[in-house]
Amino acid sequence: MTLIASSIGRKLTMALSGLFLVIFLTQHFAINITSVFSPSLFNEISHFMGNNPLVQFIFQPILILGVLFHFTMGFVLELQNWKSRAVKYKSYKGGANAPWVSRNMILSGAVILSFLALHFYDFWVPEMNYKYVEVLPLDSERYFEELIHKFESPVRVGIYLLSFIFLALHLYHGFASSFQTVGVNNKYSQTIKSITIAFSIVIPIGFVFIALFHHLTAF
Amino acid sequence: MALDSKIPKGPLTDKWTQHKSNINLVSPANKRLIDVIVVGTGLAGASASATLAELGYNVKTFCFQDSPRRAHSIAAQGGINAAKNYQGDGDSTYRLFYDTIKGGDYRSREANVHRLAEVSTNIIDQCVAQGVPFARDYGGLLDNRSFGGVLVSRTFYAKGQTGQQLLLGAYSAMNRQIGRGKIKMYNRHEMMDLVLVDGKARGIIARNLVNGKLERHSAHAVVIASGGYGNVFFLSTNAMGSNVSAAWKIHKKGAHFANPCFTQIHPTCIPVSGEHQSKLTLMSESLRNDGRIWVPKKLDDVKAIREGKLKPTEIAEEDRDYYLERRYPAFGNLVPRDVASRAAKERCDEGYGVNKTGEAVYLDFAASIERYGKEQAHVKGLDENDAALVKKLGQDVVRAKYGNLFQMYEKIVDQNPYETPMMIYPAVHYTMGGVWVDYNLMTSIPGCYAIGEANFSDHGANRLGASALMQGLADGYFVLPYTIGDYLAEDIRAGTIDTDLPEFEKAEASVKAQLDAFVNNKGTHTVDYYHKILGKIMWDKCGMSRNIKGLKEAITEIKALREDFYKNVKVPGTTSEFNPELAKAARVADFLELGELFAKDALERNESCGGHFREESQTPEGEALRDDENFTFVSAWEYKGEPSKAKLHKEQLDYEEIEVKTRSYK
Amino acid sequence: MNLTLKVWRQANADAKGKMETYQMSEVSPDMSFLEMMDVLNEELIEKGIDPVAFDHDCREGICGMCSMFINGEAHGPDRLITTCQLHMRKFKDGDTITIEPFRAKAFPVIKDLTVDRSSFDRIQQAGGFVSVNTSGNTQDANAIPIDKHDADKAFDAATCIGCGACVATCKNASAMLFVSAKVSQYALLPQGKVEATDRVLNMVNQMDEEGFGNCTNTGACEVECPKGISLENIARMNREYLYASLKG
Repeated sequence: MTLIASSIGRKLTMALSGLFLVIFLTQHFAINITSVFSPSLFNEISHFMGNNPLVQFIFQPILILGVLFHFTMGFVLELQNWKSRAVKYKSYKGGANAPWVSRNMILSGAVILSFLALHFYDFWVPEMNYKYVEVLPLDSERYFEELIHKFESPVRVGIYLLSFIFLALHLYHGFASSFQTVGVNNKYSQTIKSITIAFSIVIPIGFVFIALFHHLTAF
Repeated sequence: MALDSKIPKGPLTDKWTQHKSNINLVSPANKRLIDVIVVGTGLAGASASATLAELGYNVKTFCFQDSPRRAHSIAAQGGINAAKNYQGDGDSTYRLFYDTIKGGDYRSREANVHRLAEVSTNIIDQCVAQGVPFARDYGGLLDNRSFGGVLVSRTFYAKGQTGQQLLLGAYSAMNRQIGRGKIKMYNRHEMMDLVLVDGKARGIIARNLVNGKLERHSAHAVVIASGGYGNVFFLSTNAMGSNVSAAWKIHKKGAHFANPCFTQIHPTCIPVSGEHQSKLTLMSESLRNDGRIWVPKKLDDVKAIREGKLKPTEIAEEDRDYYLERRYPAFGNLVPRDVASRAAKERCDEGYGVNKTGEAVYLDFAASIERYGKEQAHVKGLDENDAALVKKLGQDVVRAKYGNLFQMYEKIVDQNPYETPMMIYPAVHYTMGGVWVDYNLMTSIPGCYAIGEANFSDHGANRLGASALMQGLADGYFVLPYTIGDYLAEDIRAGTIDTDLPEFEKAEASVKAQLDAFVNNKGTHTVDYYHKILGKIMWDKCGMSRNIKGLKEAITEIKALREDFYKNVKVPGTTSEFNPELAKAARVADFLELGELFAKDALERNESCGGHFREESQTPEGEALRDDENFTFVSAWEYKGEPSKAKLHKEQLDYEEIEVKTRSYK
Repeated sequence: MNLTLKVWRQANADAKGKMETYQMSEVSPDMSFLEMMDVLNEELIEKGIDPVAFDHDCREGICGMCSMFINGEAHGPDRLITTCQLHMRKFKDGDTITIEPFRAKAFPVIKDLTVDRSSFDRIQQAGGFVSVNTSGNTQDANAIPIDKHDADKAFDAATCIGCGACVATCKNASAMLFVSAKVSQYALLPQGKVEATDRVLNMVNQMDEEGFGNCTNTGACEVECPKGISLENIARMNREYLYASLKG
């Protein structure tokens, strides 16, 4: 408990929840990419994820809590940080000593949060409605169709694309930075930085690719 | 009042041990009832505060900076001496003692210096235990280097930041006691006067620099650890805020001021560049371990260099005059500071100075870079004849040793010292003179002590490199905390000193009157205007070489300047706010008095010794000529209303262990 | 050189400050920045204007007292130096230079460009030391050999001058680099390891109480630090803190 009460402790929870979300993101991507080459495999996995009680009632709440925690803590810390300099500088050259992404995590985070709202509205809300409110019959073949349907609108694809650029920026700083926060800064740090760069480019581009692929091949 | 140095009886080597066993102690229960004021938080002040608090006294510590860590000890670069003999090169307590007496040109007190040498080894143990990160070798043991005026390697160091590391060590010891509530720390407070009650030091008047309020602080003893007075020269290697005021205030209240003319001009400083120069920057003496000092042999080359037509690296080896190696083959570039400074002045006076102002000589690392580079190439099994490789490897070694100094030089001068020789010139650095103290470090005022550079101390007429840090910490950690008990033991019944006593009231009123006079003066010239003129008089007439005519002129000129200062100085703002100009005015007022006493002392001492060179007293080769018959004494001046009326007391120096002879570094 | 200075003026801690503009002429490129400020003050005093209050002392980059935020950067545009080591040759004729105090809630302004950094002292008082008595009765200095690499790293951390540039620069006004430098110095040395747990907990606790912001690993502090203190120290402190918290 002393841990979470301190600045380093709170920062640590940010890093750990962030790393957890990175793992989730990887898993999410791994499932989604199957939709490109095998609709049936995609349906199969989605059906499993959507109906397995362990995933549904243990992993899903943990994930939602993780997301909520990461965002809430992010905003709390940002507010504290903002207050720690009551009078602002007239002239502040942030770019002279730190990259833009590292200074604007709150901005990229906020964009991702808005995107998540849309994403929930697109998939999670209908899904919950289907399964638990209207309690419609099980249909292990519906997932791919629903996916394709969502990517028909070019506006939505555009929003996705923009959001993933911000996700890339967020990951670019956040991933490697989490290691610094948990105390890893040594001869492996350069490797971690390289993995971060690769990850923050490959995953968002992958998601964008999936969206574009379905958008372009749906007709 | 006659001077009593209170040197204990008995053989030199036993004096300190026996003295410690014989002096009075204060019981732990009584220490809680006793308050001690410490003014200054450099090595001496911080270490004394920490130790006194640890012993159980209630300590109040004052510094004018925003934090005790800023005190100018922080800027000491090269190292700290200790007779550890870790290198097995023949060092011993006796040899450190001997070197220090000889280096001081036989004008320091034997018993004090021996004590210093004795406790020197403890300092290193203590600092390591505190987590001071001294340089180490690959075996994990402490490394040493050599300094001027000695033939052994006894200097412990932390790159070029030894003072910083030692001060932070003492500061951390202080912090521990502040956290425990045993030290009450007063940052941004300046001591304005000493308060005497029944002839004893009983407190100070301090000024809170943030809001200008005058405060009364009482104590059973007052320790002055306010450093030296090199800033009387305006341009010196001291910090801008370094001042003589605390020491001068106690002088005016009865403490004798000893040997004011003993000033150290450090040979390796960055030369003056322009008229707006505010301070001079030291390049550590440790650089003389690896740097060779030279000027061109031919005046034509000098001319070409000044005109920018010739680079120093283009001058052939045989056209260079390594004048220290030529004149002093035994010690070479590592002669003591006074000798090196005068030799540089001699060459520049002859017209061989290598910068535009003609006041600079070269300090060249090319030879060391090559030597180290070859060594490294050999160790690493690389080609020793590959000049570029050797240069790079050598530069790496030099960077590891002196990196911060080279960087500092490059930032100031805008030249790369790895590629071209540094330009250096002597500058005022340290003051061996100071408040007169007895063996217990007590001044001539009962209950008032002076430690570190503030006292006239252990360095005689010239301090050896890396000895100032040693003395500051020795006084603060290991000497004063014992000796002060001897005095305080009689004071355990005194109870808290009342700050409403008329003595406090009177002292505060006089401080207030002076400050009010400054802000109401509405004169025409700024404080710096006067300080600069004073500095010029001091440098021209009381600098590296002094003569009767110049000194007499200096006395008259300083007196006149002081009168003009009081008439025409302009201090903006009020007394009840943060007013740095007002603080400066009060300090310069004291420098204007000290400067005159300085010149008077230099005039009185008609001999050359250490840093004090009288043109009337030199050998045919131009070396300093001491007059032991007439001047083997400490000049202790008693204040009598104004500097010109100061009364001279002589403390005769008796050498029992050491044979007094002519210092030779040839 | 001719310069336009925009300087933050604030009469005292409670006053509302504002930027004032001053013209400077005939500034020599060889002057240090503070010497330029000296000249400005001489001119202001002559004109009957209150001189600009700024902290400074050693003027050789080691005491850590000078503290200006120049053109949007702590200690100005040059690297690995303090303001007193900044020289006017870094600027061009006709430049406008903005000068502000180091700003942070934990560094309240005293006057003009002078700020109160005693929060740093209080952090050190909370645990920035080795609890050893100064009696000198310790073991011989060479009794414990220390790995040269550790000793060098401890030294590098110990070179911190406590100027506060890290705080001033950090967009969050975080003091992590300063605190971690001290924590690291002691954590790396056997003498300091003994009380490492309490030290890091107490120092971080005090740091939080002083109102410094949180570290977000932007790395700006490392870039602006006059002594080049490495971010490695922050990672080490995070480790030390985590370990200490778990150990309790």
